[in-house]
Formats: sequence, C-alpha cells, structure tokens
Amino acid sequence: MHLIYQIFIDPFVQMGNAPDLLVQTLWEGLVAGVLYSLIALGFVLIFKASGVFNFAQGIMVVFAALTLVGFYEHGIPAYVALALTIAVMFGLAFAVERLMLRPLVNQPDIILFMATFGLTYFLIGFGELVFGGDPKVMIASQLGLPKGAVEFKMAGGFVSLQKIDIAAAIIASIMVAALAVFFQKTRVGRALRAVADSHKAALSVGISLEYIWVIVWFAAGLVALATGIMWGARSEVSFALEIIALKALPVLILGGFTSIPGAIIGGVIIGVGEKIGEFYWGPLLGSGIETWLAYVIALVFLLFRPQGLFGERIIERI
Amino acid sequence: MFYREVGQYKTNYSADMSVMPLLQDRVGIGIILFIAVVIIPYFGNAFLIQAIMIPFLVFSLAAIGLNLLTGYTGLLSLGTGAFMGVGAYACYKLTTYFPDVNILIWIVASGFFSAAVGVVFGLPSLRIKGFYLAVATLAAQFFLSWCFIRQPWFYNYNASGAIEVPTRTLFGIPITGATASDSTRYYVVLGIVVAMTWLASNLVHGRIGRMWMAVRDMDLAAELIGIRLLRTKLLAFAVSSFYCGVAGALLVFQWYGSAEPAVFDVNLSFFILFMVIIGGLGSLTGSYLGAALIFILPIVLRYIPPHLGIPIRPATVDHIQYMIIGALIVLFLIVEPNGLARLWQIGKQKLRVWPFPY
Repeated sequence: MHLIYQIFIDPFVQMGNAPDLLVQTLWEGLVAGVLYSLIALGFVLIFKASGVFNFAQGIMVVFAALTLVGFYEHGIPAYVALALTIAVMFGLAFAVERLMLRPLVNQPDIILFMATFGLTYFLIGFGELVFGGDPKVMIASQLGLPKGAVEFKMAGGFVSLQKIDIAAAIIASIMVAALAVFFQKTRVGRALRAVADSHKAALSVGISLEYIWVIVWFAAGLVALATGIMWGARSEVSFALEIIALKALPVLILGGFTSIPGAIIGGVIIGVGEKIGEFYWGPLLGSGIETWLAYVIALVFLLFRPQGLFGERIIERI
Repeated sequence: MFYREVGQYKTNYSADMSVMPLLQDRVGIGIILFIAVVIIPYFGNAFLIQAIMIPFLVFSLAAIGLNLLTGYTGLLSLGTGAFMGVGAYACYKLTTYFPDVNILIWIVASGFFSAAVGVVFGLPSLRIKGFYLAVATLAAQFFLSWCFIRQPWFYNYNASGAIEVPTRTLFGIPITGATASDSTRYYVVLGIVVAMTWLASNLVHGRIGRMWMAVRDMDLAAELIGIRLLRTKLLAFAVSSFYCGVAGALLVFQWYGSAEPAVFDVNLSFFILFMVIIGGLGSLTGSYLGAALIFILPIVLRYIPPHLGIPIRPATVDHIQYMIIGALIVLFLIVEPNGLARLWQIGKQKLRVWPFPY
C-alpha cells in the first residue's frame, strides 16, 4: 500500500507542491532532449539516404568538437577554426565515402553497421593520438555564444535558465528548419529523397550515389559539429561524450529511423521523461535510473508502434 | 590433393547426413582436440594457458551463443554482455547460498537463469525487427548493468561492489578461486566449451536449427509454413542467453577470479558482436575464428612494437591499436563480408582441387 502510494501518488503531490521545481526539471529535460535529438538527427540523415545505421555519429560529435578546439589552441581565430573544422568534416565525409562505403555498396545492412563500428574505433584512436585524451574546454564565448543564466520568479520560487541552453534550442530549431527546406525544396534534397527510396531507381535516373553520400555524410558531420559545440559548452569536450551516442539510440527508435520530426519529438519525450523519472521516481529505485529509463520508455512505445512514432510503415510481403 | 573425397563412399543415410562427412574433417577435429587436450597443457607456458587459451575459449562460447541468435535466427542483439553478467552473478549467488553443491553444476545452472532473463527481454522480438530490435536489446544491457551496480543484493552487500570467486573443489582438487592451477581451470573450460559446441552443432543441424534458419531467411514465410514464430524466436533467445550465461560464469570463475560490474558493460556486447561478424554469421567454426582474431589481435599488436625495437609510449600504442583494429574491421568487411568462415571454405575448396584451378 505504501509502495503504491509512493509510486502513483507521492511524485504528483511533490510536483503540485513545488511547481517551480517541476518547471526547472521540465526545462532541463527539454534541453537534454534537444541535444539528444541533434545526435539522432545525424543518424536519421545518414539512414535516410543510405540505409546505413551509423554508429559512428557519437564519435563524430567528439571528433568535430576536438578538431575545433584543437585548431583554436594552435592560435587560429575562433571563426577561422570553425571554417577549417567544417572543411575537415567535409574531408572526413569524402574519405568515408571513398574508402568505406563505395567498396561496401550492396552489402547487407548489418555489414555496413559493423563497418561504422570500425570507423568508430578508428576515429577514437586517431582523435586520441592527435588531440590527446585530456578533456578540453569548448570555446563557446569566442564563438559568440552567450553565457550565464536568466532567472525568473514563478509560483513562489525561482527557475533558472542557462543562456547557452536557450541558444542551443534556437540553433537546433534553425538547423532542423534548414534541413527540412533543404530536403523538401532543393534539387539535391529531392535527389536525396530519391536515393532513400531506392538506390537502383535513383541510379537509373542519373543520380550519382557517390555524390549524394558525400553530401549526406557532410551534413551529418555539420550536425555533429553543432552538437559538439553545444554539448561541449555545457560540460567539456572529452571522449566521454561518445556515450551520448548510446543515449540517442532510444530517441531514434522512438521517433523512427527515417523521420526528422520524429528525431526532434522523440528527443524531447526521452529528455523530459528521463529527467522527470530520475527526479521524482529515481529515489525509489536507487539513483542512476537515467541510464536505462530512456530505453524502457522507447520500448513501451515500440510495442504499440514497431516502426517508431513517425517512421514509415513497415510493409512485409512474401 | 590434400583434401580429396575420392573413394569415400556413403552406404547408408546416416553417413550421408553426418555433420562431418569427410574423413579429413574428422581427422582434423581429432588433431585439434589432441592439441587442445594434450599438447597445450603439457607444453604451453602459464601465459599461453592463462592469458590466451582460457579467455579465447570463453569468448568463443559467448560468440557461439550470439551466433545462434544473430547468425542463425537473424535477431540482432546488443545485450550479450548483460546476459553474460546474469550468468556470472547467478553462479556467484548460487554458490554462496549453496556452497556444498558442486560448482560445475552451478556454472551450468546459471545458464538457465540467463536463459530466463533472455526470454523476458526477447519478448518484444515478435513485433520489433532489425535495428529496432538491436536497440531494444540495449535496454536489457543497460537495465541489467544498472542492477549489478546499484542493487547490492547481487554482490552480497560487500564493500567493493565486486564479486569474488570462492575456492571450490572437484574430487578434492580446487577448480576455482586463487588456488586452482592454470591447467585445471583450462581443462574445466575446455570440457564445457567442447561439450556445448557439440550440443550447438547438433541443435543447428536438426529440426530446431532449420526452424531458426527459416525464421532468419523470412519470418513471415516461415510462419506461413507452420513455424510458430513466438516459440522459435524465444527459444533462440533462451538458448543464446544460456550459452552467454555459461560463458559469463566461466569468464569470472575460471579467468578473472573476481569481477566488477563494468566487465559486463556494453563494450563487451560489441566485442562479442565483432567476433561473430568477423568470424562469419551462421557458422560455428566462424565463432572460434572470430574469437581468435578479435581477442588475439590486440595482444599481438601490443607485443609487436617492443620486439621490433620501436620505442613507442604505451599510450600511443593504445591509440594506434584502436586505429589498426578499426581499419582492419573495415578492411575485413570489404575483402570478405561473409567472414573468416567463408575464407576457410574457399581455402578448403582450393585445397580440394589443387593443383588445378577447378
């Protein structure tokens, strides 16, 4: 009886008693969710256009952020470093297409998935070799990102919002809007969608797969760079960030592998659910339930919609 | 030339259906077993037995377990590490509650606990497929890891949070714990791994194996010809987790001696998945070959530079090792996506017709 009270009633009583805490928790969940959805976005871009489940997205985030900071530490001005990093990400996309995807064309999905594991290991080793394993500080203020917090009064308490989080949310929305326009309106975007539907059909109407793949991996690299800057500004840039890729996976299955809006909404659901769950129900089970709660939330959704919330319907024929 | 079946006639059905129809294969297995049973324990040094052979056999067993699920039934799982953990912790709990029962019984029994957990986490597999299922099995991985870290009941409330292997004996000879000799532990591992490989080989060549493969090739079609999907998939999860559980118990009881929860984290799952894919999906030989390559490669990489006299800092070696492993995985997939097992088959075919091309 006591347990039922603790599970089903007590958390809501707490929420009612301290609405400012609830809003704070919701906000933190929202911000975490935005960052998860950014990573998921990188996954979705690549999955849509090439059917590759890109496990390396997490390490690409770290790699992009480290490259940016690394350039800056060598005395290159922040904005030039940013441009150089974008160039490096383009080089990476080109190399991946040339050395990994092209020889593996027409292989089963699981083989391509495995190949991105290989890429992950390679980038971990390469990144640590070049930049060292120590955590670095993101050059947030040099890039013109705001610092500090906004506080405002609410329901008898204070809610504080970090400015960098607000910036992250705004940048994420701009990026999603830009990607949506890119996918829907431009010539390249149409080609991308054609490739996503069928490689063969796209080839037969004269779309170059190689060119499309470079573009997609480059776009995913840019998303990774933005994620790296935002996430790095919140904590610091280190290889520990790599595990956030694992955090983005439930977001991905919740939203559906092929849906950009799905990645965003999934990210917010997971982010908010995780923080609320940890804050209100966590003490019951012992702390740290954040590590698996996201997966359980996603699993529950999947039982009802096996293709995710916004994924394309899976039709099977004999 | 070396591998010719000329003159080997099959005069009854059972000979025709046998797993190894060729004399050369049977002789080869005999030689391998002879090397494993006699030569390695008598002529190998402690390093070979303790640091290479025991973990190699344990990882092979885990790779076989994952191969039954991923290679034979087509269900991609990333929860292997956690299922191995279940086996290890179950064995630990069982032997601390019932110290008088023989440890070998508990090592095998712990597989059943793992199987039960595997079935629970395999339930979504009926509705969820492909990468969606892979991510769903990560739920098992993270939930179980969390249990091992946060629930003190699992490690008997000891202060370190790790499980320590007690000394247990068989016929008066210690086979686990600090006092057990290397070769005793090696024989225990070898015995269990060989027996379970034999069992797996019989499973996949029989009715159950064919049901699994039918589900792998197309589960909808398999359902239409009367295979019950739920039972078949859950059976695959159960058997796979059983193998992983026993491998996990062996990992801790026969190799590490004590283990923290971090041993069974998601990296272990990935590690076993590498073995299965590099070795070859849907091949028991491949599981061994993959385990050998993925486990032994880092060891070799670590020992090569000092022997060549190249002065490199250990940290740098670590990083380069990561790069080389990553590049090799991609390279292997490009050269032979069907894994080492396929290379071995090609090699056998070449030996059959040598010196002619075909």
